[in-house]
Amino acid sequence: MKDMAPDTGVLLSVRGLSKFYGPRIGCKDVSFDLYPGEVMGIVGESGSGKSTLLNCLAGHLPTDHGEVLFSGRDGGLRDTLQMSEPERRMLGRTDWAFVHQHARDGLRMNVSAGGNVGERQMAVGARHYGAIRDSAIDWLGRVEIAEDRIDDRPTAFSGGMQQRLQIARNLITGPRLVFMDEPTGGLDVSVQARLLDLLRGLVREMGLSAVIVTHDLAVVRLLADRLMVMKDGHVVETGLTDQVLDDPQHGYTQLLVSSVLQV
Amino acid sequence: MNSYNFAYLDEQTKRMIRRAILKGLAVPGYQVPFASREMPMPYGWGTGGVQVSAAIMTPADRFKVIDQGSDDTTNAVSIRRFFERTAGVEVTETTTEATVIQTRHRIPEMPLTSGQILVYQVPIPEPLRFLEPSEVETRKMHSLEEYGLMHVKLYEDISQHGAIATAYAYPVKVEGRYVMDPSPIPKFDNPKLESPAIQLFGAGREQRIYALPPHTRVVSLDFEDFPFEANKADAACELCAADTSYLDEVIMDDAGHRMFVCSDTDFCASRRAAGHAGIQEAAI
Ligand SMILES: Nc1ncnc2c1ncn2[C@@H]1O[C@H](COP(=O)(O)OP(=O)(O)OP(=O)(O)O)[C@@H](O)[C@H]1O
Ligand SMILES: [Mg+2]
Ligand SMILES: [Zn+2]
Repeated sequence: MKDMAPDTGVLLSVRGLSKFYGPRIGCKDVSFDLYPGEVMGIVGESGSGKSTLLNCLAGHLPTDHGEVLFSGRDGGLRDTLQMSEPERRMLGRTDWAFVHQHARDGLRMNVSAGGNVGERQMAVGARHYGAIRDSAIDWLGRVEIAEDRIDDRPTAFSGGMQQRLQIARNLITGPRLVFMDEPTGGLDVSVQARLLDLLRGLVREMGLSAVIVTHDLAVVRLLADRLMVMKDGHVVETGLTDQVLDDPQHGYTQLLVSSVLQV
Repeated sequence: MNSYNFAYLDEQTKRMIRRAILKGLAVPGYQVPFASREMPMPYGWGTGGVQVSAAIMTPADRFKVIDQGSDDTTNAVSIRRFFERTAGVEVTETTTEATVIQTRHRIPEMPLTSGQILVYQVPIPEPLRFLEPSEVETRKMHSLEEYGLMHVKLYEDISQHGAIATAYAYPVKVEGRYVMDPSPIPKFDNPKLESPAIQLFGAGREQRIYALPPHTRVVSLDFEDFPFEANKADAACELCAADTSYLDEVIMDDAGHRMFVCSDTDFCASRRAAGHAGIQEAAI
C-alpha cells in the first residue's frame, strides 16, 4: 500500500535573496526550498527581517538581489521577481494568497463579509451571483462564521472573526501558496488558539503550502514542518521544526527557545 | 464688443483640450488627464462640460443645453447664454436641430444622429472610486484591466437590496476594455450610449476627459442571474402620453398630488405639438 505523496518537486525556491533599506540590512542572502504541502515557519525577534523577507517573496517590496522561483501550473520554475507587474498581480490573486497581520490591511472594511470573500472569484471572472454567494457561505462556514453574518461589514466583527474572514477571502480561490505575516498577532490567547486550530485544519485538508512569519514559537510548533530562525536580517538556523526547537544548534536559537520555555 | 476670445477660452487652452479629446476618442473609455482652467462659474456647475464645449465649438454650430432633461433650468439657461455671448453661436431647444448638446444627467429621447456631439458634465469620472479611494491604485486597476471590484459593488447592491439598486451612473464596459462611469444619467439611458453621435465627457474639478466615438460598443455590467435592465417608472407621460420615455415624478400641489411627465422637455413639447395628449392635457 502506498499513501505517500508523489515526489512533485519544489514549489518555491528562494536563492540568495537580499533587501537593503539604504545602508541598513532588511534581509541578506536568504535561500530555501519549499515543497508542495509544506509549511515553513520564520521566527526571530522584532526587526530581524521576517516581514521584509515575506514581502519580498510576495512581490510587495522590490528586492535588491536574488531569485524567487515558483513552480507554475505548467510545471516550469519561473523567477517571479522578473515577471511583469500584470503577471505578478495575476499570480497574487490566483496561485498566491497573503494574510496580513492586521485584518484591516487585508480586508475591505466598507464591503460586506460576503463581498470580501467573493472578490477574488469575481476578479477571476465569476459572474453568477447565486454561485458566488453560495461559495461565500460555504467559506464563512469553514472559518466558523455564521451564515447570517454574510451581509455584515467586517467593522461589526471581533478581531478574531476579522482574521478568519481574511483567511476565507484568501483561500476561496484555492491558492497553492499562502504567505502569512503574524496571522495570530494582536489576538488574545484563547482566540489565537482557536485560529491556530482552524489554520491547521485548513492547511491539512487543502494540502496548502505556506510561509508563516511569527515570533510565537507555539505557532510554529503547531503549524510549521520546517523552521527558519532569523537574526539581524540573516538566517542563523534552519531545519525540521521539532529538531530545531528540541535541539537548537545556534547559540541565538538556544537563547530564543530557552527564553520562551521560561515564559 | 466682447473682450473674450471665441468661446471664452484662449486658443492654446483649446488646443490642449482638443488633444485630450482626440486621445480620448482614440482610446474609448480611457480617462485622459487635462489641465482644467478656471471658468467664470463654480465647479459643480459643469465646468468640465463647458470647457469641452468651448474647445469643439465652431461659429456654425447650433448649441443646446439640458439639465436633467430640461432646457430651462437656471443652470441650462446660464450655460446657453454663456456661449451665446462668448461665441455668438445660435442656440436651440430642439434636439434634432442642435449640432452640439451639453447635458447634465440625461441623454435626449430623440435618437441622436451622425454629426451631432453630446457633451456630458461629469462630477466623478472614476467608477472605481467608491470602493478604492487611492487614485494610484485605480489607475493601475484600469491599466491592468483588474475590474473584479466593479462586480463587488454590484454584488453589494444585490445582497442589500435584492436587486442591482444602482439607478444612476451605472457602470459600463467600453469596447470590451475600459470600465467607464457614464456620468449620473439614469440607467434607462445606458442603451443610448451606443450611438451614431460623438460623446465627450468632461470632469472639471477632477481634470479628466473621456470619450465614446460613434458606434462604440458599450455594455452595462451585470450578473448572469441578475441581468442589466434599463427600467423606468411604469407609467405614461400625463402631458403627451408617451410610454417609452424617461419620466419624472413631479409634485403638483401642497396636497401632495403627483404626476408623471417626460424628463426630456423638448421631446414632450414636440409630441404635444404633434397632437399627442396625456390624461392631464385631455382633462384640461
Ligand atoms: N520601510 C523601511 N525603511 C527602512 N527600514 C526598514 C523599513 N522596514 C523595515 N526596516 C528595517 O529593516 C529591518 C527588518 O525589519 P522587519 O520589519 O522586516 O522586521 P520583522 O522581523 O518583521 O520585525 P517585527 O517582528 O517587529 O515585525 C529592521 O531593522 C527595520 O528597522
Ligand atoms: Mg514584521
Ligand atoms: Zn411627455
